[in-house]
Amino acid sequence: MAQTTMKRGPVSGTAIERAARRRRPFLIDLYSTAVGKKYVMAITGIGLLGFVLFHMIGNLKMYMGQSDLNHYAHFLEKLLYPILPEKAMLWILRGGLLTMAVLHIHAAYSLTVLNKQARPVKYQSERDYQVASFASRTMRYTGVIVLLFLIWHLLDLTFGAGSVNSYVGTKDTEGLKDVYGAVAFSLNRVPVAIFYVLANIALGTHLFHGVWSLFQSLGWNNPRFNKWRRAVATSFATIIVVGNVSFPIAVLAGVVG
Amino acid sequence: MSNHLKNLKLKIWRQSGPTDTGHFENYVMDEISDEASFLEMLDVLNEGLIGENKLPVVFDHDCREGICGTCSLMINGQAHGPERSTTTCQLHMRKFKSGDEIVIEPWRASAFPIIKDLMVDRSAFDRIIESGGYITAPTGGAPDANLIPIPKTVADAAMDASQCIGCGACVAACPNGAANLFTGAKIAHLNLLPQGQAERFKRTEAMVETMDEYFGSCTNHGECEAACPKEISIDVIALMNKDYRKSKLKNRKEISRT
Repeated sequence: MAQTTMKRGPVSGTAIERAARRRRPFLIDLYSTAVGKKYVMAITGIGLLGFVLFHMIGNLKMYMGQSDLNHYAHFLEKLLYPILPEKAMLWILRGGLLTMAVLHIHAAYSLTVLNKQARPVKYQSERDYQVASFASRTMRYTGVIVLLFLIWHLLDLTFGAGSVNSYVGTKDTEGLKDVYGAVAFSLNRVPVAIFYVLANIALGTHLFHGVWSLFQSLGWNNPRFNKWRRAVATSFATIIVVGNVSFPIAVLAGVVG
Repeated sequence: MSNHLKNLKLKIWRQSGPTDTGHFENYVMDEISDEASFLEMLDVLNEGLIGENKLPVVFDHDCREGICGTCSLMINGQAHGPERSTTTCQLHMRKFKSGDEIVIEPWRASAFPIIKDLMVDRSAFDRIIESGGYITAPTGGAPDANLIPIPKTVADAAMDASQCIGCGACVAACPNGAANLFTGAKIAHLNLLPQGQAERFKRTEAMVETMDEYFGSCTNHGECEAACPKEISIDVIALMNKDYRKSKLKNRKEISRT
């Protein structure tokens, strides 16, 4: 265990005339620094927050009945149709979401690597954290849980991959895809429902810190609204978790399905 | 009336040099006045060690009145010990009880290599300052007061940021070993004032990019603010982030080169 690991140039010495940084295209230049990566994390985070919110609101349609939810799903597939071919807009949106998720994860990964390099030798005694919350210190773990859930969730309800969800693709009496039935089929399986609930609690924890944190990362700091940042983050996380967790409970309780 | 603490168990990091592995060593302090400062307690320990013909514990200290930023020490897992907004030299033994175990470690960060025992090299901070923590202006003699009108709120904010003594507690306390509070404070101090405007964006860009070469990244835990002996707010980090974005968008560096 070496006590001094200097991977990023010598610390001591006098000022060295640094070679001017090679100018790169604006976005790549910004992304090359840690502060810039945090901007990318915050902006992609906002995009993904928007998705999570509208996904939850859309799913509330299941309380209005089978026909409402299935029509809503059909509407999404026909977004901007007939300007664009059917499903085209849907795939554009999915492409955007995928890009944001990839950037978010890449920034998180590279910053984690940087942070590990910044303290190669850990404190040998126990740290006594003062204000760092459970949420802030588990961001990378809750993030990974959400990612794993996302992969499962896509296989389960979006693509209905083989044995994961054999119901996907079934038509309802109106001839539309029976999304309502697929959700009920999936969440009626108790282990799936439990996984669903746990993943959403992880998501809520992630949002509890993430939503607050993005204001700092983007430099949105103003004494007038600073006191609202915590409230905004807490209520956003609560709304998402309560909404999403209600679905498996409703299915298991027989309210839906 | 002073009381005396008895039987303090000290667990102190000993490391003979930068490349040594280092280890904890246990010491017992039989009796110490509760009026002693933490560093005076270490002085007493060192007197004893010297008397026994052993090497004293090396630690950083200078002014001992909480303004120079030289003392450091991770005490029981907290930078500068358990008292808020206090440097190690201003921490007193009355904060502890007889029989307490006190664990003392140096700051740990790749940018702060250990020189010996509890002493670290904080020159990385100087590299950040060198890259922009100043204004380039021939100042001449002392100007008259209030020659440049500055709103009171702005002056207050700049003064709050300028309180940074560069002790490194923010880096030490940060779970990521980031220096954003230090750099943010130094940038805010100059960027808020009229005198700092000319080089505002050039400074921000240069200091942030120098910081990037040595330190980790901010994940907004807020540990730095809690550890800071000068209670500098993480608002300065947000200001730094904002000015960095502006400097990148305006590309001032490019303009200033031409």
